[in-house]
Amino acid sequence: MSFQSFDTRAKFGAKYFPSAIFTASGCASSGKELAQFFDLAQLGALVTKSISIKPRSGRATPRMAETPSGMLNSIGLQGPGIDEFLAHDIPWLVSRGVRTVVSISGETIEEYSVLARKLRNVPGISGVEVNISCPNVENRGLVFACDRQASRDVVNGVRRNLGNDLPMIVKLSPDVTDITEIAGEVIAAGADGLALINTVLGMVIDIEKMRPKLAGITGGLSGPAIRPIAVRAIYQVHAAYPTIPILGMGGIATGRDACEMIFAGASAVSIGTANFGDPNAIPRIKDEMETLLRQKGFTAISDAIGVAHG
Amino acid sequence: MNSINPRAIQRDVEIISNKKIGAYHHMIFAVGDMAIAARPGNFVAISVGGVQSSMILRRAFAIHRAQDKGTFGGTIELVVAPHGQGSKWLTAQPISSKVNMVGPLGTSFTVPKEPAHTLLIGGGYGSAPLFGLAEVLKSRGCRVDMILGASSAGKIYAPLEGKRSVNSLTIVTEDGSAGVKGKVTDLLVEASQRHGSQVLYSCGPMGMLEAIEEIAHRLNLVHQCAVEESMACGIGVCMTCVIPLRDNLGVLRMSRSCIDGPVVDGSKVSWGSQGKIPEGTLGSI
Repeated sequence: MSFQSFDTRAKFGAKYFPSAIFTASGCASSGKELAQFFDLAQLGALVTKSISIKPRSGRATPRMAETPSGMLNSIGLQGPGIDEFLAHDIPWLVSRGVRTVVSISGETIEEYSVLARKLRNVPGISGVEVNISCPNVENRGLVFACDRQASRDVVNGVRRNLGNDLPMIVKLSPDVTDITEIAGEVIAAGADGLALINTVLGMVIDIEKMRPKLAGITGGLSGPAIRPIAVRAIYQVHAAYPTIPILGMGGIATGRDACEMIFAGASAVSIGTANFGDPNAIPRIKDEMETLLRQKGFTAISDAIGVAHG
Repeated sequence: MNSINPRAIQRDVEIISNKKIGAYHHMIFAVGDMAIAARPGNFVAISVGGVQSSMILRRAFAIHRAQDKGTFGGTIELVVAPHGQGSKWLTAQPISSKVNMVGPLGTSFTVPKEPAHTLLIGGGYGSAPLFGLAEVLKSRGCRVDMILGASSAGKIYAPLEGKRSVNSLTIVTEDGSAGVKGKVTDLLVEASQRHGSQVLYSCGPMGMLEAIEEIAHRLNLVHQCAVEESMACGIGVCMTCVIPLRDNLGVLRMSRSCIDGPVVDGSKVSWGSQGKIPEGTLGSI
């Protein structure tokens, strides 16, 4: 048994987060529900659902299909809009001392800038996630993360309007030919970190009805089924840009899975779909990951980043 | 917008009984003090398939009955229909094995403040939560009449001890293999008038609930129903189980049936909207 101190911090931009376990956007709502099961202060930060300018009803149901070791979702960014969110959800999180990264999603480049401007002076938030990769939008042409120029323009706009105090983490899609190209664009535009990966576009057909299972036809695949894709994307981006911090996610269900992402090059990890199956997944994975890293002889999570690259 | 049931907890619970009854399994779990917190209409969410399962999502089940004392301490009873892989796995588990349960979750049926004449309507295993409700209503001095319907006799769930807590029980089957031939809604108007029913409680398929609400509206009766929409988490974080529901200000919102439901006021639901977002829903495009 070792009582040696273990440094659990993760760094994005100039900001240190005391824990390297975050929630994944859209998988913790705005925090109140998971707070029923564990202390949210254990999180590096709660990453909120992606917020848009106006309220969004999201897509019709069915919105969900379970798949082997995974699930498809087709929520369509349901949310109250930024104003109601700032009036109700943020004060609750701040009053509870929960470090909060606000995820934003726009339909145009300008909308991202407006959202960033609204967040710039909000007291108590710890960072912004720029979600340019949600697969559940009406027009696939609007997935900014599939286009180099659009990715760069969105991130430029957010950086200008957000200022330099809050770290900006940009969430990318694995559904591209070369994820390192998109990563290079957003890093050049001022991203402080990358969130890798968003869900993978997928589809299920209902054999009885002989029609797509989801009302939205396609959905985002998450869960352990996509973990090897996430590990690959993190490994490739870390190899190309070894100094950019990566928030790794995609099917982490155990401490072992979290370590895999850290070894591939992530500075911290997000837990998403695992929260659905196990409301106490986060404290469990945090303990498992830290125990495993100590057993491997590490004294800081930061020392384990990218060790798989040799 | 409601909050998560503040009494919800997560724990491993032991299966102490598992009996096949008709098309269903009646299962009893030793849950400790989770039982004290359970109210009629609440549900539980159970992990299926074991540790290395490829089924990563919980299965939600309406609580049939909850008892906070007895040989095993607190117990929760469920009626499980082995339809899919997850429920088949659950019903195949032997006595004294353990499963992971989160509960109690969701809203519960509201019991009238003064003794009232109540009519409970269940479709298929939707009858499960109604017997626990009947016991509570009876203990509060209410008249309790019940109509249970299903496609055939084997799909009626009506345990003998449950019959003691109702003033009358009518069985309806579509093929006529038990009770009256037809649908529950064929009997509803006449039954509610004969019993002088003031409040309707229902649980079953969405189409049945919609038809009951149409009658409740016409007869100006209060109608509380437990809705069914497939869930991924049961705890309000995944946003998949939404139904269009009017809030207290009359604003139609896509609301989580695991948090704002499963028990809702039938008049607040925008019915028949599966597969589309009803016009006027907040944030609809």
